[in-house]
Amino acid sequence: MATVSETRDETETARTLVLDVPGWTGHLPGQHVVVKLIAADGYTAQRDYSIASAPEPGRLEITVQRVDDGEVSAYLAGPVQPGSAQPGDQFELRGPIGGWFAWQPDDPRAVLLLAGGSGIVPLMSIIRTHAQVKSKAPLQLIYSARTPADIIYADELEKRTRVAPATVATFLYTRLTRYRGTLATAANDVKIGRIPGYAGRLSPEVLAKTAFPPELNPEVFACGPSGFVETAATLLTTAGYPPETIKTERFG
Amino acid sequence: MSIVTRGFTGRRRDDPKLPPGQYLEHTFPVLQAGPTPPVKTSTWKFTITTEAGAATSWDWKRFTALPAEDITTDIHCVTQWSKLGTSWRGVSLDTLLDGIETSAGYAMAKSYGGYTTNLPLPDLRDGKAWVAYSYDGKPLPPEHGGPARLLVPHLYFWKSAKWVTGLDLMKHDKQGFWEKLGYHDYGDPWREQRFQGD
Repeated sequence: MATVSETRDETETARTLVLDVPGWTGHLPGQHVVVKLIAADGYTAQRDYSIASAPEPGRLEITVQRVDDGEVSAYLAGPVQPGSAQPGDQFELRGPIGGWFAWQPDDPRAVLLLAGGSGIVPLMSIIRTHAQVKSKAPLQLIYSARTPADIIYADELEKRTRVAPATVATFLYTRLTRYRGTLATAANDVKIGRIPGYAGRLSPEVLAKTAFPPELNPEVFACGPSGFVETAATLLTTAGYPPETIKTERFG
Repeated sequence: MSIVTRGFTGRRRDDPKLPPGQYLEHTFPVLQAGPTPPVKTSTWKFTITTEAGAATSWDWKRFTALPAEDITTDIHCVTQWSKLGTSWRGVSLDTLLDGIETSAGYAMAKSYGGYTTNLPLPDLRDGKAWVAYSYDGKPLPPEHGGPARLLVPHLYFWKSAKWVTGLDLMKHDKQGFWEKLGYHDYGDPWREQRFQGD
């Protein structure tokens, strides 16, 4: 059972819930939990959510992207009215689940993370764990979101590019039209702090320009909407990253 | 133990076709552990290997020349979505297993790309399972397991191995890819057998 101890709005539609879970012994970054909500009349609804935090006894964080017509996400990440999870509220939680899409903190190999939208969440757990254990594995994130305002954990990611063990990060904006009042085009890149941003989608050019090369033999984690992950996996295998080094997780 | 979640009312979607804990999905989500393997029908092969090691194989031409069936069925993914009334075309496992001598109780489905999943052999017989090559009237797309996937709709959908290339018949049950990682050996959605121990 989980008790909400704190909530934090990450973007207009994504909210982090800090959960106290007695008896929780930690997780591998990349794993998820099943959240089960029970209404007063016994009606239940359950969904999978990736863990966002680094492993810690008795506590974990999930970040929930509110989806259109979402039943569970409306409660976890919706407006206070007509009803959303507040500190002190409780629900059933099961996990950690999944041992495939998971990073082993003692793995010395380079890590390449490809995030589409809220697919950043399990990858953030990897980034935070990498910092927690002071890993020496080179770590890189390529994060595709609609606009700069849709970047979850923007401030923390910016900080993590500056503090050892540093994450190398690149942002891609798929629906960038206006940013700080200027019309952005592919040639007019946008930075958040020191993190470069490019208008457009993941492409062979972006991969070649920004990603750890296949020769470095990185372990790749790609997470996001199905279309993003399919594109990412195809681009990677075409560019020579071996299929067995690419782990994927998709939603929607 | 069950506790009521304060403030949660939910939307009632009491469809009797939905197993416990499932919600109705209208799109067709894609779930897989790695990249979509490129599988060409020109080199495609499906092989059933008995516990005695006897192998029977079909290439694409022989396979698609077998009698096929149209299947309309509900499918249930362990990640909680269900999709109702999906249409497929494929070859019944009864047809493929016909004439194969075996006393095996289990089968390990094997896929291009290395995926595996275990099932009791009786669950593949008697009109309950197919190797499907068409979805919604069109060739099965690669991201949904094309050119051909296992279709065992009475079990959670990870049992319906995408890009299937064979069955190893086994005397004793062995665990496949997700089963080794904690998912249920049988996976009946109506008994909510998601994980080991359910």
